[in-house]
Amino acid sequence: MFKKIMTPVDLAHVGTLEKTLQCAADLSTHFKAPVVYVAVTSPQPGKIAHTPQEFAQKLEAFAKEQGEKHGIETGSHAMTSHDPTIDLDPTLLKAVEETGSDLVVMATHPPNFSDYIWPSNGGYVAEHSKVSVLLVR
Amino acid sequence: MADETSPGIPAPEGEADIIDTEYEIGQDNIEGKVGPFGFDIHNPVFVISGLVVVAFVAYALIAPQQASDFFGWLRPALTSSFDWFFLLSANVFVIFCLFLIVSPWGSVRLGGAEATPDYGYAGWFAMLFAAGMGIGLMFFGVLEPAYYFATPWGDAPLGTVRPFTEDGQLIEANVEEARRMALAATSYHWALHPWAIYAVVALALALFSYNKGLPLSIRSAFYPILGERVWGWWGHIIDTVAVFATLFGLATSLGFGAQQANAGMNYIYGIPNNVTVQVILIIAITAVALVSVLRGLDGGVKRLSEINMILAFLLLLFVLFAAGAGTILSEFVAGLGAYAREVVPLSNPFGREDLGYMQGWTAFYWAWWISWSPFVGMFIARVSRGRTVREFITCVLIIPSIVCILWMAVFGGSAISDMIANPQTSAVKANVIDTYSPELSLFAMLESLPLAAITSTLGIILVIVFFVTSSDSGSLVIDTITAGGKVDAPVTQRVFWCTFEGLVAIALLIGGGLTALQAMVISTGLPFTIILLLICWAIVRGLIAEKRA
Repeated sequence: MFKKIMTPVDLAHVGTLEKTLQCAADLSTHFKAPVVYVAVTSPQPGKIAHTPQEFAQKLEAFAKEQGEKHGIETGSHAMTSHDPTIDLDPTLLKAVEETGSDLVVMATHPPNFSDYIWPSNGGYVAEHSKVSVLLVR
Repeated sequence: MADETSPGIPAPEGEADIIDTEYEIGQDNIEGKVGPFGFDIHNPVFVISGLVVVAFVAYALIAPQQASDFFGWLRPALTSSFDWFFLLSANVFVIFCLFLIVSPWGSVRLGGAEATPDYGYAGWFAMLFAAGMGIGLMFFGVLEPAYYFATPWGDAPLGTVRPFTEDGQLIEANVEEARRMALAATSYHWALHPWAIYAVVALALALFSYNKGLPLSIRSAFYPILGERVWGWWGHIIDTVAVFATLFGLATSLGFGAQQANAGMNYIYGIPNNVTVQVILIIAITAVALVSVLRGLDGGVKRLSEINMILAFLLLLFVLFAAGAGTILSEFVAGLGAYAREVVPLSNPFGREDLGYMQGWTAFYWAWWISWSPFVGMFIARVSRGRTVREFITCVLIIPSIVCILWMAVFGGSAISDMIANPQTSAVKANVIDTYSPELSLFAMLESLPLAAITSTLGIILVIVFFVTSSDSGSLVIDTITAGGKVDAPVTQRVFWCTFEGLVAIALLIGGGLTALQAMVISTGLPFTIILLLICWAIVRGLIAEKRA
């Protein structure tokens, strides 16, 4: 039913993503669809990497590790944004097209008061994406 | 699949000389949540900066007289005792930048040997101007040339001849020389020297962040000098002072800006000139700035800067043609020539007799530009990745200088022409010389041209939007520094700083203290000058290790 699964990850908070990663891996096994891990960085040095290139390498390593751990086919796709705080959502939507994914599996937090002001990233992607989106709470 | 290419990433970045440090960006940060709102702040820079700002506001409000006496004494004391130091240092920055353009290090690329520019020229220039100088061009573009041309108070640049007698009669023989010197002396304050100050700070930050992998924060420029100590209290102090100067610099300008815009509205539309209107203006400016930072660097700050540049360009074109394109353009050429001829005598601090000009204007300006340099420099660095050092300095130093000289020639030249044509009735002369109302100088000049109602409205809009573009880029800078160099901190923090800046401005406007605290900000120019000289050395150290193209 699905040919490619995209899973946005925050490399700085991988620990909180366990459920999402497991879910993506299970779906991958079920549909025999590869998982592409997407992460967004700024051109400035950050916690994860000094340059966008190093960031891409770390994401690739992460994808490989997930592939071995779950026995699935994986890939990685790093994106840069001038201002990730604000542009994360549109950047993720662009990643859906660039990777040619037809299912997005992503983590989100339970809705709270702040969502009335700024929708959560997952909420935004679910609302605007053309493909199916599974939000893991 | 693991070898899938990543089109989102710029082409391979090529060789760069990453500094090997134990420090991990964000390692001192505290992450958490207040209610539903997340935060990710540097400990202790965020908290100390916030508390120090509150403490100074409280001091200015509780003991306004003492604060105003003290800082009112400190600022002129510094600019007149250390005038030579400010002038010499600014010369050093200009020479240093010009040297880098022609040196072999000019080919080092910011962001690694194969990085590509993040922004195209148009958006990049717009952001350079809107953050650093736009508002000053609006305020001083008419005031300064008109003032130097006709000042009867003995502070004429280089003691040049006066065009008016004491009872206001024109002295034909002196007009040309006074006019030439007025444009040269104004251009001196707005061309190479201020932009060299910004370029030094911006280059250091861009180099140490993009090429060396250090966090985008002022402290990173000190790595060659302080080593690993920059991650400790030395760095905390440097970053805190930068935040402090930026926040107060913005807040006090916002307060004064509201007063200026209000004065202009009063002059043109008769809107009452009082604190209520000014507070409303600050709230409106802060609200628009808030929308801009929430739309992000590309969707908000850049777009607003571009709109602003287009409006400013339209106003420039209008004044150019309304005042006679032929004469003004020849004035621009003459202005360039005058600047080239006078820049050396004007920047020499020794044996001068025009102390009123040198200490009251030049040293004041240098301290002011330098106190703004952490903010403007950091913002320029943020948007300049992918340029070579040569391209970077040419674009940050030479091109803005030419634009500023053109702006001053058009606005100042038009104002001076009006004063010459109507020595008795000129509105510019009435508002700059007869009574000193600097905030009205631009509107007085526009009044002498056709369609004044439309252009003055455009002028007020420009003043306000330039404040917005300073305010939003300033909030981004403060947010990044107080998040330990992280540019992806939660959006709540931007909202906090942008709002905080507006609140500080309102508190100072209502309680008094704008003048005192602005004097304080400008006083930080002295320590920062020493810091900037050290930064020049750090840049050389940093560039030596880089691969040249």
